[in-house]
Amino acid sequence: MTPARLLSLGLLSLGAAMVLLPFVWMVSVSLKPHAEIFTTDVRLLPRSFTLQNYWHALTETAIPRYLMNGAIVTGGILALQLLVTVPCAYALAHRTFPGRQVLFGSVVAALLVPFHVTAIPIFLGLAWVGWLNTYTALILPFIATAFGLFLLRQAFAQIPGELVDAARVDGMSEMGIAWRIAFPLGLPTVIAFSIFSVTAHWNDLFWPLIATTDSALATPPRGILFFRDEESGDDVGPLMAGATLITAPLILGFLLAQKRFTQGLASTGLKR
Amino acid sequence: MTRPWLTNLLLVGPAALAVALFIFLPVAVVFVLAFTDYLIGAPSATWVGLENFQQLLGSRLGRNALINTLVYAAIVIPASVGLGLIVALGLHSLATRLPRIATLLQTVYFLPVAATLVAMAVAWQMLLHPSLGLVNTWLSALGLSGQQWLTDRDIVLFTLALIGIWQTVGYNMVLFLAGLSAIPATLYDAAAVDGAKGGWTRFWTVTWPMLGPTTLFVLIVTAANTFRVFETVATLTEGGPAFASDTIVYALYREGFVYFKAGYASAITVVFFAALLLLTAIQILLIERRVHYR
Amino acid sequence: MRPILSLRHVTKRFGETAAVQDVSLDLKEGEFLALLGPSGCGKSTCLRLLAGLDRPSAGHVQLGHRDVTKLGAAERNIALMFQSYALYPHLTVYQNIAMPLRLRSLTVMQRLPGAALLSVQVRGVLSDIDTNVRAVADMLGLTDLLGRKPGQLSGGQQQRAALARALVRAPSAFLLDEPLSNLDIQLRAETREEIKALHRRTGYPFLVVTHDQADALSMADRVAVMMAGRISQVGTPHAIYHTPATREVAQFIGQHRMNILPRGAGGALHPAGAKLDLGVRPEHLAVCHAGTCEARLPATVESISFQGDETLVRVRGPGDASLLMVLRGADAPPEQGASLHLTAVPGALHAFGEDGDRRELAA
Repeated sequence: MTPARLLSLGLLSLGAAMVLLPFVWMVSVSLKPHAEIFTTDVRLLPRSFTLQNYWHALTETAIPRYLMNGAIVTGGILALQLLVTVPCAYALAHRTFPGRQVLFGSVVAALLVPFHVTAIPIFLGLAWVGWLNTYTALILPFIATAFGLFLLRQAFAQIPGELVDAARVDGMSEMGIAWRIAFPLGLPTVIAFSIFSVTAHWNDLFWPLIATTDSALATPPRGILFFRDEESGDDVGPLMAGATLITAPLILGFLLAQKRFTQGLASTGLKR
Repeated sequence: MTRPWLTNLLLVGPAALAVALFIFLPVAVVFVLAFTDYLIGAPSATWVGLENFQQLLGSRLGRNALINTLVYAAIVIPASVGLGLIVALGLHSLATRLPRIATLLQTVYFLPVAATLVAMAVAWQMLLHPSLGLVNTWLSALGLSGQQWLTDRDIVLFTLALIGIWQTVGYNMVLFLAGLSAIPATLYDAAAVDGAKGGWTRFWTVTWPMLGPTTLFVLIVTAANTFRVFETVATLTEGGPAFASDTIVYALYREGFVYFKAGYASAITVVFFAALLLLTAIQILLIERRVHYR
Repeated sequence: MRPILSLRHVTKRFGETAAVQDVSLDLKEGEFLALLGPSGCGKSTCLRLLAGLDRPSAGHVQLGHRDVTKLGAAERNIALMFQSYALYPHLTVYQNIAMPLRLRSLTVMQRLPGAALLSVQVRGVLSDIDTNVRAVADMLGLTDLLGRKPGQLSGGQQQRAALARALVRAPSAFLLDEPLSNLDIQLRAETREEIKALHRRTGYPFLVVTHDQADALSMADRVAVMMAGRISQVGTPHAIYHTPATREVAQFIGQHRMNILPRGAGGALHPAGAKLDLGVRPEHLAVCHAGTCEARLPATVESISFQGDETLVRVRGPGDASLLMVLRGADAPPEQGASLHLTAVPGALHAFGEDGDRRELAA
């Protein structure tokens, strides 16, 4: 290795260490006993380990509830998104019907609209029908996914038209083709979209902050803020344990399926 | 198949309805609300014309949010794009010699992208804690004075920018890595035959121009994301102290959902939306112009 | 003729496998050499070794009398036209052609935009570059295309731009990697002539790497045939066709694959056929009419395929050997299933030993 290469490896490793620092610190504090956190002798790594903070976070706080809410909300959003998006994307790719051009044009135009822009009217609408502070309020607005429609239409358009015609000749219904031909053949894109969707909504704070005030409905990011604001600085250990717990699912998913995750988040870069 | 219109309706109807109801209708409503003084919960509203926009662009507080967002973007965009490019170049050349280490480092750099930003912001808060945090402890060990990272008006925006860079570098790195691997190896051979000797010349002759489209894309995506900065502000500062870290989306949230000024918040939304559309227009214009080399 | 660019006992390994094994090859002053071989035989690796894009695992590369084994491509002054042309897509044709001159005659600082405004010296160099670029563009008929980008050119135009970029700086040797493979059939024939004319006009030593024997045989003064990482034969196109050095070369060269009669089966054509494998090209076989020929091979017609200017006849000979015969002109083709006798054009028989090497036959 030349000195230049060694230097570049050194700098890359140093950068990686800096990127890692908040993670290391979060986990480290979560493993420190209460007394060690509140000393003037602050150290990167704990001198003695304890799982007390995790026990506290799991049994005496609402963290498990937040995790469950996160699963319900992200799962609900993804399921409903796919339910309405897959048939429509299939029709856009493989059927001709009046208004198809207009619809596809609208989807492309809708790609330009970030959720923040629609938040106020949607809030007013949900307030009007009295659905604020429900799971519905957290899930329903995200069913409309221009991004999912666009991505899946592009993927389904790659499926040869002859294959679709063959299925029609075999007597399959159009809904059947959408789910039993297009869906499995477009699976890589479906997975990429799913990773994007789950990550985006598990991590979202903006909408849960607006649509719910009830801590029983809080998603993980909303919940960790409830937790932090309640304990007011005394329970830093359990707070870090809680932060670790709500970050863990996505980080584990990422580490286990790194390639798909990276592709899912990078190929969907138009919209994050 | 006997009634194709019914089939079409079944396939397309739900999604089309959702897009109309949750995207197009709200956009239209927001554009109307922006010209009213509507308060959430109020029985009625009056048309106020451009007053909301005048308040946003004319008041110290409104301008402050816009300027903070621009300052934040002016730091985060060049830093995270530049660092993303440097890290990608380093990892790309490392990958031919030490592929495992390169993969490992890539994983580490991407970690903040996959992590829950709010939870990580809480971890950052602890890291930057004035007395219990690691950063000030290390600074004082080096003989430097610690800072009130999140409560000092002169520093807080830069602290948020630092976290923004931390979160974005890995994402940009992945996009640049994809761009780098798409450069045909024969172009480097051609440059070598043409007389390009050092890495520097190779970079300016082949790598940089060939990354042109990727760089443009990364810049636009990063810009769009920095304009949306919200999570860190909401978690760490709530726009404070004294609005020193107030940004456009946080102002939108505060005015609309804390003070219930739906009309004014809608005007902020419209300005925010216009800025993003401007970005897209720039992107399309530049792509048409030259970056595709056709 | 003295050698300009040479490989001396060069071996190149990629991991365990040797792509090129103990190859020696000379490109001589002013000659047109073709390196011919099937895909994967190592000919492109040879080209990269000659150009300095790869370093040999063993052996030496010589440029004139200089050992350049350890020098990179930038330090060798060898021109190379890539199979994919490898034009810089973001630069105009003019800028592409000027690139080798800019990289060689300007320093990093002098290449910065605006340097010409500050330095008289840079202006001088740039005006020399301009003269050279326009001269080579004129020679290749690119003058009207100088402002275009590669993406706006046809395949043939791109190829000429790549030629111009390679030729603009008076190289000591000119290497071309599969120069005709991306062109359609009609353009191929024209371009062959153009490349030959270019060689005559410039006088540089040319080395063409190709898998297409028609290209090699029609353009080159000498052909080096490469098989499985080794050079099998170097010679004139005439020699390669008429006196192939090995059985593999014999079967690789020729429009139709050479027939091989295994030991014993060819005894009726030549006495040596009892001990050696006999080879005869399909176009050198003929039907023997009523006892007019000395040596005759009994055979049965299996299938006939009419192709216009020629007719391909597949027959089954002694020892169950399957043979192909090409009939040209007005010869009436035999009927399927007919029994007949074959004879070979005098002097067109080849003999190969067990090792596959050529053995000379007594006349």
